[in-house]
Amino acid sequence: MTAIDAHSTGPAPPAPRPRGDPAATPALSIEGISHSYGTRRALIDVSFAVAPASFTALLGLNGAGKSTLFALITRLFGTQAGRIGIFGHDISLAPGEALRLLGVVFQSRTLDLDLSVTQNLLYHAALHGIAKREARLRSDEVLTRIALADRAGSKVRDLSGGQMRRLEIARALLHRPRLLLLDEATVGLDVKARADILGHVRQLVIEQDIGVLWATHLFDEIAPGDDLVVLHQGRVLAHGPVDNIIADAGARDINSAFMRLTGAAVDPGSPAP
Amino acid sequence: MSSVTVNRHHSGFSLGQYVTCLNGIVWREALRFVHQRERFVSALVRPLVWLFIFAAGFRQVLGISIIPPYETYILYEVYIAPGLMAMIQLFNGMQSSLSMVYDREMGNMRTLLVSPLPRWYLLFCKLVAGTAVSLLQVYAFLLIAWFWDIAPPPIGYLTVLPALVVSGLMLGALGMLISSGIKQLENFAGVMNFVIFPMFFASSALYPLWRVQEGSPLLYYVCLFNPFTHAVELIRFALYGQMNWISLAVVVCCTTAFMIGAIYAYDPSRGLVRRGPAGGEA
Repeated sequence: MTAIDAHSTGPAPPAPRPRGDPAATPALSIEGISHSYGTRRALIDVSFAVAPASFTALLGLNGAGKSTLFALITRLFGTQAGRIGIFGHDISLAPGEALRLLGVVFQSRTLDLDLSVTQNLLYHAALHGIAKREARLRSDEVLTRIALADRAGSKVRDLSGGQMRRLEIARALLHRPRLLLLDEATVGLDVKARADILGHVRQLVIEQDIGVLWATHLFDEIAPGDDLVVLHQGRVLAHGPVDNIIADAGARDINSAFMRLTGAAVDPGSPAP
Repeated sequence: MSSVTVNRHHSGFSLGQYVTCLNGIVWREALRFVHQRERFVSALVRPLVWLFIFAAGFRQVLGISIIPPYETYILYEVYIAPGLMAMIQLFNGMQSSLSMVYDREMGNMRTLLVSPLPRWYLLFCKLVAGTAVSLLQVYAFLLIAWFWDIAPPPIGYLTVLPALVVSGLMLGALGMLISSGIKQLENFAGVMNFVIFPMFFASSALYPLWRVQEGSPLLYYVCLFNPFTHAVELIRFALYGQMNWISLAVVVCCTTAFMIGAIYAYDPSRGLVRRGPAGGEA
């Protein structure tokens, strides 16, 4: 079963286009988004786009506004100014159409710890209107893919941190979205688990043509071929291919490019503070 | 892509998908309830303490004259049973909303709210799920009460069901409305004190309203305007195969109002938006 025809009980996605097709509708378009909590401005005129079947890293320090942006894209908060589109569907005007094309892995854990691995997946499938038989097939399939099939009946509480993250990613993909958002998905994981998760997500981009927005504050999670959005104090400081951003900043690597862009002092090779 | 696919893509969700979603949410709520055995036990022990201890003690103090729907003199235990059934639902409604606050703090709520189905429908499903759990609790209570000689006519066990559904929805919707306004889990204890106890005591659950009127006309009116009184009366009449139309009207109107309020409060452009993101994220 391919990712496309599996939508028989779920939403029909827009046809995938070849990577780099300039005519493609962006998987995610953020246009002039501003957001305030009272008098505190969390996002100021943020605009960028994520192409289908591409990996875009959203780099920012803690407090840069990444989570606020995620809350807006997932419609946990209403947009105060600007427009957010998912494959052309406006998140405010057509939230159902937009959300069905979107999978999300939040920074905080959102699994039911007392339910089993499969029960968590079935619950998520039901929330997307996927009938039980199809949901079981899909959950078996994703569990095999993330090598958790033997833990299907285990309580989530008994999984390791890395396994939980893998499960959350699998869950986010259960309804076959075309766009996947991950908010600091590797926080709290050891080096190996981090590399596994990142590798898994990059694989999804290549194999399943999923557009990924990967929010992080860790430089070493950004690869040379990625698109990069640098978010700092609620503003987009740079947006484009990583190599271009480094060249434009006249820097040697992403660490120093980020340092120059933000004026922050960052030790090379270490996570941003 | 075929035109058929395109059409379906724009047609929103099928009835089957709505039903699947409802089933999934009720199923999860039931599973969580089963996993929390202490919750079930305490939900049962609370009304039983009132029944076995409070009512037994009060039996001699408070005489109940013949008032509808009763056709004969009744024991005090029999009188307060419907009030205790409503109390189970009141606690359950508040507990469901407590779990919503907990889910929101822990992030589980996000799983629910990023579902592509309409948000009002998701909240409605959540409400139905909470009500279903309250029905389990009430019938377990009725079973034990039967051994305590609280035996309404057999048909009453059936006729009380729709009344319990409506009252369960009302109290659940009230809890949901309250949960939307609570910023932190810790604030909940205060709300329990300010909502549960006043609602329960200023109602016809423990004493008939004519007795209250004798003691304090003001309290009588407070009780009369308390929606919980009408939930109790609706259950009381239904348990004896009768209908209390005024109570039904009040309960239905309150359910609608609380539900609309909760949906409004959980609208992404209001309610939740006033808070920052959970856990100090930015």
